[in-house]
This record gives sequence, C-alpha cells and structure tokens, in this order.
Amino acid sequence: MSFIQEIDYGTPRARSEKTVTLTIDGQSVTVPEGTSIMRAAMELGTKIPKLCATDMLDAFGSCRLCLVEIDGRPGTPASCTTPAANGMAVRTQTDRLKRLRKGVMELYISEHPLDCLTCSANGDCELQDMAGAVGLRDVRYGYDGARHPNPGIDASNPYFTYEPSKCIVCSRCVRACEEVQGTFALTIAGRGFKSVVSPGMEEAFFGSECVSCGACVQACPTATLNEKSVIEIGAPEHSVITTCAYCGVGCTFKAEMRGDELVRMVPYKDGKANRGHSCIKGRFAWGYATHKERILKPMIRAKINDPWREVSWDEAIAHTASEFKRIQAKYGKDSVGGITSSRCTNEETFLVQKLIRAGFGNNNVDTCARVCHSPTGYGLSKTFGTSAGTQDFDSVEDADVVVVVGANPTDGHPVFASRLKKRLRQGAKLIVVDPRAIDLVRMPHVEAAYHLPLKPGTNVAILTALAHVVVTEGLVNEKFVRERCDWDEFQDWAAFVSEPRNSPEEVAKVSGVPAETIRGAARLYATGGNGAIYYGLGVTEHSQGSTTVIAIANLAMATGNIGRPGVGVNPLRGQNNVQGACDMGSFPHELSGYRHISTDATRELFESLWHVTLEKEPGLRIPNMLDAAVDGSFKGIYIQGEDILQSDPDTHHVAAGLEAMECVVVQDLFLNETANYAHVFLPGSTFLEKDGTFTNAERRIQRVRKVMAPKNGYGDWEITALLAKAMGFDMRYDHPSQIMDEIARLTPTFTGVSYAKLDELGSIQWPCNEKAPEGTPVMHMAGFVRGKGKFIRTEYVATDEKTGPRFPLLLTTGRILSQYNVGAQTRRTANVAWHEEDRLEINPHDAEQRGVRDGDWVKLASRAGETALRALITDRVAPGVVYTTFHHPTTQANVVTTDYSDWATNCPEYKVTAVQISHSNGPTEWQEKYDELARKSRRIAATIEAAE
Amino acid sequence: MTNGGHAVGATKGFIYIRSEYPHAIAVMGEAIDTARRAGMLGKKVAGSNFEFNLEVREGAGAYVCGEETSLLESLEGKRGVVRAKPPLPAHKGLFGKPTVINNVLSLATVPIIMDRGAAFYKDFGVGRSRGTMPIQLAGNLNYGGLFETPFGITLGELVNDIGGGCFTGRPVKAVQVGGPLGAYFPPALFDTPFDYEAFAKRDGLIGHAGVVVFDDTVDMAKQARFAMEFCAVESCGKCTPCRIGSARGVETVDRIIRDENRAKNIEVLEDLCNTMKFGSLCALGGFTPYPVMSALTHFPEDFGARPRLQAAE
Repeated sequence: MSFIQEIDYGTPRARSEKTVTLTIDGQSVTVPEGTSIMRAAMELGTKIPKLCATDMLDAFGSCRLCLVEIDGRPGTPASCTTPAANGMAVRTQTDRLKRLRKGVMELYISEHPLDCLTCSANGDCELQDMAGAVGLRDVRYGYDGARHPNPGIDASNPYFTYEPSKCIVCSRCVRACEEVQGTFALTIAGRGFKSVVSPGMEEAFFGSECVSCGACVQACPTATLNEKSVIEIGAPEHSVITTCAYCGVGCTFKAEMRGDELVRMVPYKDGKANRGHSCIKGRFAWGYATHKERILKPMIRAKINDPWREVSWDEAIAHTASEFKRIQAKYGKDSVGGITSSRCTNEETFLVQKLIRAGFGNNNVDTCARVCHSPTGYGLSKTFGTSAGTQDFDSVEDADVVVVVGANPTDGHPVFASRLKKRLRQGAKLIVVDPRAIDLVRMPHVEAAYHLPLKPGTNVAILTALAHVVVTEGLVNEKFVRERCDWDEFQDWAAFVSEPRNSPEEVAKVSGVPAETIRGAARLYATGGNGAIYYGLGVTEHSQGSTTVIAIANLAMATGNIGRPGVGVNPLRGQNNVQGACDMGSFPHELSGYRHISTDATRELFESLWHVTLEKEPGLRIPNMLDAAVDGSFKGIYIQGEDILQSDPDTHHVAAGLEAMECVVVQDLFLNETANYAHVFLPGSTFLEKDGTFTNAERRIQRVRKVMAPKNGYGDWEITALLAKAMGFDMRYDHPSQIMDEIARLTPTFTGVSYAKLDELGSIQWPCNEKAPEGTPVMHMAGFVRGKGKFIRTEYVATDEKTGPRFPLLLTTGRILSQYNVGAQTRRTANVAWHEEDRLEINPHDAEQRGVRDGDWVKLASRAGETALRALITDRVAPGVVYTTFHHPTTQANVVTTDYSDWATNCPEYKVTAVQISHSNGPTEWQEKYDELARKSRRIAATIEAAE
Repeated sequence: MTNGGHAVGATKGFIYIRSEYPHAIAVMGEAIDTARRAGMLGKKVAGSNFEFNLEVREGAGAYVCGEETSLLESLEGKRGVVRAKPPLPAHKGLFGKPTVINNVLSLATVPIIMDRGAAFYKDFGVGRSRGTMPIQLAGNLNYGGLFETPFGITLGELVNDIGGGCFTGRPVKAVQVGGPLGAYFPPALFDTPFDYEAFAKRDGLIGHAGVVVFDDTVDMAKQARFAMEFCAVESCGKCTPCRIGSARGVETVDRIIRDENRAKNIEVLEDLCNTMKFGSLCALGGFTPYPVMSALTHFPEDFGARPRLQAAE
C-alpha cells in the first residue's frame, strides 16, 4: 500500500489535434497546440516551480514562480500562461530565473507564519515544497513586517477550516469555486496587499453561498483551507482508489488513510465520471461509517414489539434460514422473496437475486429501481433496445443545447451539474422542463434560455407538443430518421404528434406553459447543434413515466440527436448502483443483462452453471409482494440495504404489508424504518469495508476497494452467501472478483469484464464484448442496438390523481444537495447542519390564502394520509404546487403519496399527489404514534455479558 | 473609433474614463450626443449601412484599470485585476471577443493622420519616435501646462526653456518623466532628447509624457518610498512581486532612511526592484523600480551614500 501522488501538470490538457514541437532545456517534446510551456515541461518530467497553477484550473499567472526564458524573446514570461510553439527553445533554469524565483519566494515567506512543524499541512504543503525547490535560505526582510489582513480562523463549516493568516492569495480556491464547481461563492476582497479570500461579502463559509463541495480545500496549496479530519488526525500515509457510494454519478476517490482510519476522501483526477471533482456528500459525508448508531451485531426477535436480542452470526443465519424454510413449507415456495439494494455492489446484488431464484426457488426479487428508473429501462429498451443512458458524462462537453427534464442536477447530481454548468458558461444553451424554478433556471453565469414550468403530471403532453413543433415546422432530421429508424413507424408517429390537439397552443391549456415557450424550446433543441437530454425522476415517477421516457426517445430520434458525443438521452440515476442493480437481474422478470426469465436458452445458461432449475414465470414486484402480504399469501422477505418503509409510496400500506409477514429480514447499516417491522437484523458493511463494483449512470463499471475490515464482521456478499448455504444452496466465493467472473460468463454485455481488466483500464462502460472489448462510451453510434429506432405514439392520459375541492394543491417531491435519499447515511453526518428537517415549499400566494407564514407548522394531507412539517414560502414553486423532500423519517412524506403508479412498470407516482395544506400545531397524531413505535421497536435487550 | 469599428466590423465602442475626471465624462457624453444627432453614430453612420455606437463607462478609482486587461475586467463589471497575456485582447478581449484597445493619446492623432496623411505626421519627430506628443509640464515650474510638440526636444529645453525653471527660484534637482512610475532624471541628463529610445537607453521612460519638476529641497529617498507606497496603494493584488513587494519596498526604504543596516538594505532594495521589474505581471509592479532605482542611482547621497563612499576611500 502506498500513498498515491497524482501528477499535477499545472495547466489543463489542450484539446487540439494539431501538435507543436519545442525544446525545453535542450530536450525535444511534442504536445497538442495550446499546451502551456509548463505542461509541456511536465510531460518531460521537468517540474517548473509553481504555486498558483494546477491542472484542474486555467492558467492564472499570478505567483510568478514559473518564469522561464525563451530564446529570441525578451523578458521572462510565465510558463503557465505562455503556450508552447513550434521551434521554441525554452530554458527553465538560468541564473536570472534562479534569482527571480528566490526573490518571489522570499516575499511569500516574509509574510507567512513559520509554524511548519505544528501546521496541519506539514509535509503536504506546496509553499513548503517551493521554498525548498528554489533554494530559499534567508528572508532578508525579517518577519516583523506588515501582514495581509487576518480576520481570524473561520471554522463555521463542519468539515474544513479557513485560516487566512496562512493564505498566499494564489486565488486557487476562488478559481476552483468558479471554474470547477461553478458556484462563485468565493472572491478576493480588498486590493493589493489587503487582498483576502472571502466567501461572499466577507461572510463566514457556512452562511455564504458555499455548497461545501470542497474543491477549494483540494485546490489550496497550504493549510489555509484544510479538512478538519486532517487537522485532527494528521496526514494520511496510504491511499486506495475507490468509488463513491452516494449518487449515480459515480465519482472516483482516493480514500486517504492512516492505518485503518479514513483521514479524507479526495476526488481522483483520473476518475472518468468526475474528473477530479466531488460534492459535499462524497468528499465529506462519510462519518456515518463509524456513527454510534451503526449496528455491528446480528439481532433477532420473535415479535416486532419485542426488544432486539443480539446473537452470534451463526445463530442469526441459522435462525433466518430455518424461518424461511418453515414459511415455505407452510405457505408454499412462493411465499418468500427479497429485495436487492441499489447501494450494494453489483456482486452483492447478483448474489441476492441468485439466492432468491436458485435458493428460494422463485423469482420474487425486485429492487428499489422499481420506484425510480424502471420506466427508463422499459422506455429505452422499447425505442433503442438498451435499458440505459446513451452517453458518457464527457459527452456534455460537446453539447450545444442541453435539455434538463424533471431533474435537479445541482442538488441530486452535483458533480455532473458542475460539468454541465461549465459547458453552459462556454456558451451552450439550456432548456429546463420542471414545475419548479430549480437553481439551473437562473444562477451565477447560468441562465436557461427556456424554462417550461409545467403543471406536475403533464410531461407527456409537453414532450409531444415539442415533437409537434419539430414535425410541423419541418425541423425533423429526415436523413437520420430514414437511415436509422423505421420509416413507417416514424410516419405514423409524425401524423399523431401533428394532430392539432398536440399543438403547443392546446397543450398550453393543460400544462400551463405558454405556447410560444414550447415552440421556442422545440426550435432551439432541433436546430441549436448537438442536443442532449438529461432527465431524472421527474420523468419516471408518474403514472405515464414510461410514456414520457418514450416521448424523450422519440424527440431525440426525430432530431437526429443520438449516436455521437454531445447528444443522447441520459437518465441521471439516483443511487450509486441503481444502474448496476438493474443490470444484475434484480427485476422479477429479468436475468442479468435484461434477458427475460421466460427465455429458455437464457435460463438454461444459468441453470447449467448453478445446477438448479429456475422458475419460468416472473415473480412478484415490490408492490405485489406487499399486496400479497396483506392478503396473507406472502410471509417472508429478505431486504438488503433498502428502507422501503420510508422510500416507498403510501407508507400505511407498506407498514401493513410488513406487519402481516412472519419473517422480515433487514440487512442494513442502521436500524432503519423498515427494521421497525423486522424479525431479523443482519448488520451490513459500508463501501469502505468490501471489494466490489458499482455501475454508474453512464453504464460505467467501477471498482469499490476495501480500505478497512468490515466492522460488522462480514461484507454483505459474505452474509448472502452464508444465508444461501444455510438454505441448502451452497455458494462458494473467496473473493468478489469470482462473482464478477461469473457475471461476465453469464452476461453478454459484461463479456471479458474482470477485476484485472478493471484495474488495468480504470473502468469499463458496458456493453463490453468482442466488438467493444474496452467498453462502449457512447451507444448506438452505427445503429440502434435493437436494429431500427422505434417511434411509438405517446398519447397523453391525465393521471387519475386530480386536484379538487378537498385536495386543491399538487405535491411533488425531491431531494436536496446535503441529504441523500432516505437520509440513513447523511442524517448521521454533519450534513444535517444544512438540512435538519424536511420543509414544505409553498408559493407565497397559496400561503397567504391559508394564512401560513414562513416556518409555520402545516398539515399536509392527501387521500392516502397526512403528516405535518414546517412551511418554507418561496416562489421556486408555482401557485398550486407544493414541494417537499423525503429525507427525514420524522416527516414521512410518503405517508401522503398514493398507490398510483406507472402503467408499464409500477413505478410509483411520487411526483403528483393532490393535497391540502392547513395550519397545524406540530406533528400529527400519526407521526407521534410512529415515533413511539420506532422508539419501542429499536430497543435492544441488555446482553448477558453486559449483565454480568 | 467609429473608423476603427468600421475597419474591424465592430458595432460597439466603449470609452473608459476615470470617475476622477467628471468634466471629461460630461464633455465626452455631450460629444457622443452631438455625433449621434449629426448621424455620425447610431444605426446608420453617415447614412451608410454601418452601425456603430459609443458608450462611456466610468472607472471606480483604480489606477491599474488604465492597464488594458484590467480595464477590460472592469468593463465586464468585475474587479479590476490584470489578466495574464496571452491571449492578447486582439484575440480574446472584452467578454471574450476580439477587441481593439487604444489609448486616448493614440486616438487623438487619428484625425490629423487621416486628414493630412501618414507622411505628414511622420515628418514630425526623430528616430523611431515619430509624430508629436502632448506633454504635461507640472510640479515646481514657473510655466506649467500642456504642450504638444514633436518628439526630439531635449528634457532641458522642456524644463528650462518652456517651463521656465523652478517656481521657487531654486535649482532643479530632479525631473520625473512619464507619470508616477517614471524615472527621476537629474539635470546632468537634461540633454536627453524626448524620444522613447533615448529615454529607454538612460533607464527612463516617456510613459504618458507627464513631466514633474522638483527643486533641491526634495529628498529622493522619500520619493523612492513614495513610489513603493504608490504601487502598494494601487496594486490590484494579483501577482506576488507587486502585491507583497511594494509593501516590503516601503519597509525597506524606511529602514534605509532610518539608517538600519543601510548597505545591506540597499542591496535588498536592488534585489526587490529586480524581482518586481522582471517578475511582475503588468507595468504597475514592473515599472515601480524606475523611480526607485533612478533615485538610488542618481541621488545616492539621499540614501546616505556619503559615509559608504568615505569608507570606501
């Protein structure tokens, strides 16, 4: 194990295909045109001294350490800002340069505190390194001269400190905030010697616009911005490359360790999804791994109102297996099932579905993608032939028009949002289709050309109206459609979208979006160059979720925006491995690689390797399992890493289903809400404690690497294997790499994928096969996977969930930057400082009508249930629309969501619920009762050892 | 500027004037209105299909915004901070667009050149310094004011013949040419012709052609300190030599004045001037050494040189 020190080339890679050749200190080097002399020198291994330059940021030219001499040119130009040119002869080390650099360093050090030995950056400080590199031996100005302003240490951010006295005013933090993150929260206040880094208008970091992504901390060459964990623990000594366990962007990190203690997470520049950037969650919010509420011992109980009893792993596994066997013996083979986790690894997910199909002997397996992106799988496989996004994230760098539909990337997928914002600042145009005025609609240096603030539930109408404009105004890319799609189907579709009832003028009436806005947006997307669509759960979580995905695919095909970099249809996947969980055969009807269970040849392949006979009929989906439980025919469930009580719609129904079961097994890090109804609790392991792979939203398979032993004793894959063995279905794996080998053998899109290959390439985007042995960054380049692209009519059918006198407002839900999903992880970190409770966003108009003031407790009621939370008055939501997050179990926002779901996939209609808001004195009776139940359910009996 | 706009295909010109010059701003505003009314600015310049408009933008007090790249930053509404070059403004200037940027001095010569031809204008001046220069005579002079004259006149002629010597009647000790960052010349260099190359040869500069005259009561060490102080006050704070160097410069000159380790500190000051001159990002830090080093070179006695010379003897 060693400490990974990434090379800093000083300036970003130049993208030109033309090259120039120059000599640096007599050595010849050829680099792309536009490359700085500094970077060209580093290509040769020549480190020109530098402080303000770093290859994550554009050259700035302020520190004046990197000066060089160029034959035939006067002066001493900065090598960071001077591009290499053909025939140039550069000298990096001359007497004149040595004197200048020493002079500059002497100035720096003359106002820097000389507390290196006790400084948290000791040994990891570029200022220290440069003082050594230029041979500074004396500061003749003394140390009692003037110092730049020192407003004192700002420790307001929970994760890092700002110590202005150590600042060298290189502006790397300010530039990182602008160029990398795109938040523009930092600036330099004052001028000249009084220049000082300042969040906002000389505010504290925490109260400023800062989103705590940490790019500034990473960019800082000194201890001025430093992680509190480093200050507390000390410098890390070894590091391991791994993949973030939060959202579907899949950022690559260096887990920097001291012994088996994690010191900090630093985004890895070679990470293909994140390119060296991160958000607050990935970089900082990992403290949950050692949170005191984490359960490390298995527990069982006879009844859900008993206290938990800690038991050995042997006892827990034996008990679970005997319960499942008992239930199957009594109620039949199909009376049990399981749910795979989108947070666990591909290998773990694969094993759970294997356990269910081969060990339980049925196909009652489902996954949380059911409630998020199942319509994506359906819609894209019907139209294109593949259940996944078409692009890699790099593709956004080539996009000219970006359409964001029902997604809020700056909160949900922050690192992708930063990459998108960078492209928008370069001049790409943006269209936002969202009921709310999300940040992207207007924020520093980003403004949407069009915002379509549609009424929740009218996605299909809007997208069809966009298609209407494309077809009726002659903006179809006919060449593309004729070559790549089925022409007859296209004509049928074109006739359908052209009908007057699908015109923007008609759709304006149902959607509330002015016709001219719809027309303008359609023209821009169709004619503005490379058009790329990114969408989220605002598309899928509707009764017409699958139809909306199809409508998006139609639009992309009609305009020819498929099959090259810069275009495409890109679902932003919610969880770290939701793509992988789907790929691994977590759905009841599909084996890995989206192959139907009823296909004999596919089943036979698995049967021969697993030595079992598989059920031919698809099993139950999550809502069906719960329905069957309420009906009394489904009695036992194995849930790995998912909290269906909090995350699934209509909480009352979920609770009733769980309560009706005889054996609910929850495998998780914490006693989550579902565990309140569990009989067995198997403690899970974190992503830091096991090997495996996650697959992100761009189909990128990336390694998760074990950096510490599982605190609970086993990796999740081992627990599933133990359970399988106890059930009488032996699984023998010594290492997760063997599971991946099995996946690769059984799954055509994973052909040749192995840990060795992943280590070699860094990551692989499936499909990986003989034709694409290193994977496929952009899909459908030569032709669609299904052959001809398929246009499908998208008839708008209004949801049955309608507002009326009792429930006049529409509720839509989502998430916020600092929190993740049900909050199990982020609520157990300092991220709660940003979002300690769910709030109900309500338009000032609606609030005034109801006499609701900002911060008031309000009751949120639907026909499904009611809950209470505090109001946040904002014009981000239109009149008639309210919005909340679902991160906190005390709110249980899903008590009010209904059982309506997507017609094709049962994906719940989270995004549209008719509600009413009224004054409330505090939590509802139900919330109080649930709190009481949760408290009671989480009791753990004193163990015998403890009693002694 | 309208002609320039026509030549490069620009439709918009900005005139950046310091807020400290309210009269200039008012007059320029009136001139633009007059031109617009006369059809020389607007949608159809002089009845043609060429569109050109002018807008006056006021600076907010920063000297360094006279530097072209910080002027561009200021025009964009940002902090007036110097940009590194390349890219040159002609390639990537205002709002990232190719930009022609000229001093008012250059623009003022355009009418006569266009009216009388380049040869006419070129006939004035000497060597490579062609044409005329509006020279501002100021300081301790009998006849201060603005004089336009061809390049080539000597510094002595400017100070003594046109300016009429010191107002105080005392002998001239030093003349600073080219603004606050210009070098100080003693009367011994009064034979220097007013010409870019001749001044550069003697470590001086023409700059904006401001000439400030001092009599023999001036303390040149204090003037050197003032140069560093000026740089410290006006520094944008981007590059290290200017940002920290100017503050250290003031402190070092103070030590010399106080006779603390004088010989060593003069050496430090010389090193600092070297760092600032060759290390700074723009001319503010880069030219501050001119007044400092010229004061030190031509007036060593004000820096306590006598004891050192005696010691050397």
